[in-house]
Amino acid sequence: MLTANDITALIFEAIDEFNAEQDESKRLEKSPETVIFGRGTVLDSLDVVNLIVTIEGKLADEHETFLTLANEKAMSRKVSPFRTVESLAAYVEELLREESNE
Amino acid sequence: MSDPAVVLITGTRKGIGRHLAEHYAAGGYRVVGCSRKPIDYQLDNYEHHCLDVTDEPAVARLFGAVRSAHGGLDALINNAGIASMNHALLTPLDTARQVLETNVLGTFLFCREAAKLMKKRGSGRIVNFSSVAVPLKLEGEAVYAASKAAVTTLTEILARELAPMNVTVNAVGPTPIKTDLIRSVPEEKLEAIVRRQAIARFGRLRDVVNVVDFFLRPESDFVTGQTIFLGGV
Repeated sequence: MLTANDITALIFEAIDEFNAEQDESKRLEKSPETVIFGRGTVLDSLDVVNLIVTIEGKLADEHETFLTLANEKAMSRKVSPFRTVESLAAYVEELLREESNE
Repeated sequence: MSDPAVVLITGTRKGIGRHLAEHYAAGGYRVVGCSRKPIDYQLDNYEHHCLDVTDEPAVARLFGAVRSAHGGLDALINNAGIASMNHALLTPLDTARQVLETNVLGTFLFCREAAKLMKKRGSGRIVNFSSVAVPLKLEGEAVYAASKAAVTTLTEILARELAPMNVTVNAVGPTPIKTDLIRSVPEEKLEAIVRRQAIARFGRLRDVVNVVDFFLRPESDFVTGQTIFLGGV
């Protein structure tokens, strides 16, 4: 199973791919504190979609892991797991752990 | 499109879906098909998966298999659908729920997952299935027509949401075609529907294929959010 470090590295790779297609004003810093969603983000809703889908795609292509990140659990939380890189990485780890227990 | 282009077609066990699978497999596409029950035919350039289009984990596995085997997806034809031809007062809620789940949620789920793969390819084509039951407001088909109206709206809005990914989303609205979908509808009722069309004849499979072909053509990359109803409805 992917470790927390692996997942953060994968998200950073997705950020690299995302940044390659953006103006400077929208480029994301590769940091656990980087805000992806909600107050303080530089991303619009379509950017968030693109980033999430890129992360899902990398999990599928590089690790044969097919996760739908935007599921009911994510949407029903008071604090979105997509809020920062750190919270997103923790959420992916949680989903992977659940999947391996099934 | 990739070479060979990969097309995923739902509901390929029989009827229009099977015909579409045969058409695109013969035309050089790599065709991935699915249905709830196994198929009783074989085709070159064709692979089949058994699943319910509303089963999210099974659909995720199907798209995972497409991603692994083909690296992406060029076109999705959302043909799978079920009908309930009955007076609204005699339609059980479970039947209504099944029609909505298969026709609306199944279509939505496949559009969502296909778009993710098409985004990776940089372009894609999605063709959904509406019905002339929507504009004709056919009595006895309230739930079915409502589900297909939802598909039309889904098509129009997805066209806008997916346009930045170079994915077009359109729909075809067939007239009655003599397939299993309408086998329980009395002949005189079908004849009455046909008489309301500008061109008063039953649809043929090739009529549907022609419209799908048009939506899939590379030159149709400026056509999106449209529903083409057959027969002049």
